[in-house]
Amino acid sequence: MAGRLLKGVAALAVAGGAAGWWLTAPDPLPADHLAGLTGDAAAGEQVFIAAGCASCHTAPDAEAGQGLPILAGGQRFETDFGTFVAPNISTDPNHGIGGWSDMDLANAVQRGVSPGGAHYYPAFPYTAYARAGRQDIADLIAYMRTLPADATPSQPHDITFPFNVRRSLGGWKTLFRNEDWVVTGNLDSQVERGRYLVEALGHCGECHTPRNALGGLDRGNWLAGAVNPDGEGRIPDITPEGLGWSAPDISAYLESGFTPEFDTAGGTMVSVIKNTSRLSVQDRDAIAAYLVALP
Amino acid sequence: MKRLATAITVLSLTGLGTTAVAESHVDPAIAGAMKARQAHMQLYAHNIGVLGGMARERIAYDADAASAAASNIAALSQLDQSTYWPEGSDNSVEGSKALPAIWENLDDVMSMSEDLVMAAAAMEDAAGQGLGALKGAMGGLGGACGACHEDYRESDD
Repeated sequence: MAGRLLKGVAALAVAGGAAGWWLTAPDPLPADHLAGLTGDAAAGEQVFIAAGCASCHTAPDAEAGQGLPILAGGQRFETDFGTFVAPNISTDPNHGIGGWSDMDLANAVQRGVSPGGAHYYPAFPYTAYARAGRQDIADLIAYMRTLPADATPSQPHDITFPFNVRRSLGGWKTLFRNEDWVVTGNLDSQVERGRYLVEALGHCGECHTPRNALGGLDRGNWLAGAVNPDGEGRIPDITPEGLGWSAPDISAYLESGFTPEFDTAGGTMVSVIKNTSRLSVQDRDAIAAYLVALP
Repeated sequence: MKRLATAITVLSLTGLGTTAVAESHVDPAIAGAMKARQAHMQLYAHNIGVLGGMARERIAYDADAASAAASNIAALSQLDQSTYWPEGSDNSVEGSKALPAIWENLDDVMSMSEDLVMAAAAMEDAAGQGLGALKGAMGGLGGACGACHEDYRESDD
């Protein structure tokens, strides 16, 4: 009896382990994801700006807006899970992404999977970028390949147990990766564009939406404000009820950084404004239209 | 039952008492300095509001009013603020959003303050020269304010 029970437990453990291994396995994009697409680097620059890549991947002491961004990495992000260090994603063949294929890059950006098949930490907002259009990804890759190489080696993250077990991120992805749009229903073309900029490229929800204990986004409180993931204080509620700004106010803020009361953006939002100020007026207006249309 | 109600009343009174004590424990010198610098910021915001209202075309452009507001900002940017920022007035004090990093990086803060003097002077030159010139100087002014708020002010709702 005891022997049978043990055998049963052992079988279950093996089955559970196998299921766990399968559930935590990387899930790359289909091989033809970028098939037939030609990247346009000029269009890719706008994708790069809207996606805010430079905000995290330039060196800590880099001055924004001075020539082409040098994506040397090295910025540190102190979180509850440990310290993440943004890697070098410049075109350097050894220390950056110069040696990666287009599909390597697409899998990194949209699935959080490295060329070697390891999971990336979701400090890298691939769960938002997963919603990006294929042409935008092709354009982004074409643009990134025009940027300067930098030979600064990437530094390791400093993550505490159990979060330092990368395989467990597969489980995290199974639980929390959700490529569906948060706001659904009949949207006009401007609000739809705004949704794309906010929910996909701009990854606004990464800071403005609260997270559960395991770092999954609480989609029921979408953009309703959260503790600052990387520092003191709180990230504001930007729902219509929480913010109370008109669409023109929001659009003007995204251009100049001035609030309706002529206070200015602070904290990490300053680097976001450096990006949004370089988007087209139409795109800033679309973001504003989406935000005031939030339920 | 009545005892429970009494206990709750006592507890809530104690709670209220604690808050009042905590507030009265802010050193009056610190509280005064915080009030002064927040008033200084408010004067910036009010004058930038005149320029920003014109830039956003919410109010009609008026060269004299724009110049007056810009001169105020330029004058404010040059006031000596050394007594506004005593040590111990960081965001550990209720009502302060000033990050402790300010006092660890005073050289950087002072260099940002010089940048603001320059941006304010540029706005003073531009504000009376037409709406286009005013709009052109807004970004520099906003950038100078934001540079300090990026590193040295607590995020908030």
